[in-house]
Amino acid sequence: MKQEFKIISDFIEKNTRVLDVGCGDGTLMEYLKTNKEIDIRGIEISKSNSQKCVSKGLTVIEGDAEKDLTQFPDSSFDFVILSQTLQAFLNPEIVIQELLRVGKKAIVTVPNFGFWKVRLHLLIKGTMPITKNLPDEWYNTPNLHMCTIKDFYNFCHDRKIKLDKALALHNEKTSPINEINLNIKNLSAELGIFLIEK
Amino acid sequence: MNKNVNIKSIIIDKPLKLDCGQTINNFPLAYETYGALNEKKDNAILVFHALTGDQFVSGINPITKKDGWWSYAVGPNKAIDTNKYFIICANVIGGCLGSFGPSNTNSETNKVYGTTFPIITINDMVNAQNNLLDFFQIEKLFAVMGGSMGGMQVLQFISNFPDRAKIAIPIACTSSHSAQNIAFNELGRQSIMADTNWINGDYANQNKTPDKGLSVARMAAHITYLSKNGLQEKFGRKLQERDDLKFGFDADFQIESYLRHQGSVFVDRFDANSYLYITRAMDYFDLTKEYGGNLSKAFEKTKTKFLVISFTSDWLYPTSENKEIVIALNAIGADVAFVEIESDKGHDSFLLDVPEFLNTLNDYINNSYLTI
Repeated sequence: MKQEFKIISDFIEKNTRVLDVGCGDGTLMEYLKTNKEIDIRGIEISKSNSQKCVSKGLTVIEGDAEKDLTQFPDSSFDFVILSQTLQAFLNPEIVIQELLRVGKKAIVTVPNFGFWKVRLHLLIKGTMPITKNLPDEWYNTPNLHMCTIKDFYNFCHDRKIKLDKALALHNEKTSPINEINLNIKNLSAELGIFLIEK
Repeated sequence: MNKNVNIKSIIIDKPLKLDCGQTINNFPLAYETYGALNEKKDNAILVFHALTGDQFVSGINPITKKDGWWSYAVGPNKAIDTNKYFIICANVIGGCLGSFGPSNTNSETNKVYGTTFPIITINDMVNAQNNLLDFFQIEKLFAVMGGSMGGMQVLQFISNFPDRAKIAIPIACTSSHSAQNIAFNELGRQSIMADTNWINGDYANQNKTPDKGLSVARMAAHITYLSKNGLQEKFGRKLQERDDLKFGFDADFQIESYLRHQGSVFVDRFDANSYLYITRAMDYFDLTKEYGGNLSKAFEKTKTKFLVISFTSDWLYPTSENKEIVIALNAIGADVAFVEIESDKGHDSFLLDVPEFLNTLNDYINNSYLTI
């Protein structure tokens, strides 16, 4: 999903400190490093992915974001990125709180469970949806807390989290999400990309 | 110990004030190098050895005629590639392979120092070794690295000399020696001191050696370097060259025979008093206390890039202690990466053929060299 990376990169200003939470094998970190003059760090739970990152010379610590974000001081990063990982946490609410404590701003991308193909899969087939973005079966998916764009939008609204930017991504095309088109975007987009702050 | 081997050393004439209060000068620091220093002098790596290590990191150790202690990691085309980098390693002061230590002769008394040698700390060790940078006219090292006590020296070195290394790789170590580790060291020391040949440390002047005590110390320590699973897998309850138990105290089991062997070969290459001094240095190591209970303060002045590495089965310097270093560095926004390598080889993992460890180390070093 190159388009997602490009949007994340556009959100981030030059000469900033950035933390990629759940940085995987470091693909996004490398992309941002080459495209932006930033100081970027990562945290990753998987051993093999952490080793891949470190092998690339990236500053990544192996750790569990649900426990290990506590070691970073308040506002120690300008941006904290959480790319398509929120749904995999045991307690996404606490993770969002931590992101907004550690980072001045957070960029959160959410695979949209409200996307029409997902809804149709469940409606027609009656089994848990499997799509390009959600490739796993119900019994082996790492996703514990799937949500929709609308869910996340409301989540932020209820907690008075500022939505600086909200974008819907579909077929590599982006469009803004707002109060009025929320229901439409919630149906038509595969991914929601949010820039949030306290 | 074979005194005929040519050991490189420098004489440090600059007085060194030790933590114990004494000042030493004109003392030898033995070292070895591998690879070549390039013209820009930007490819030097200072490797610190562990408790029973020495300066002979790679190739054949001229004393033991065995592979150097870090041969798996250091050498041509290895993780730390001597075709690319210039590796320096010194024998720590307090040691017994050419550096100033308790087996040296006191020129004033013409007697071997023994336990009249001053107490040495990790801080003293790195302060002595920093002289090697001046000797080689290296302004800034590319890297400092080491495992176990070598890792402690890495931490102390960066805290003492924040501008003298671009990257630092402390492996399987701690910032503060734990009660358990002090306990194991004390066991080793008491074993040496219980040997009647130790003679209050004066054995060398009386042509004796406390081999039994040192050997038992090594046997006990060796167990702590391995893991339960590793031992079980390698030895289990296998018998040593016999079909059944002998109902006696011979080495019936392979593990017994293995440990006895480890003990007996160790005494041929190591001085018992050095063992006392170096284990003491480890016990006294508490970088957190040195900085008033805040380890982060030890690294406040440095821009050095860190990679901390631990091993899953290391119970001597467990991941939790290594992570404390990572946490202290993250608390001040330092550049720190961390990985815990899966291995059942215990604390010794860093010395052994653990491909995930060696590959990660190799790639990290090479990528960092290109980008820093």
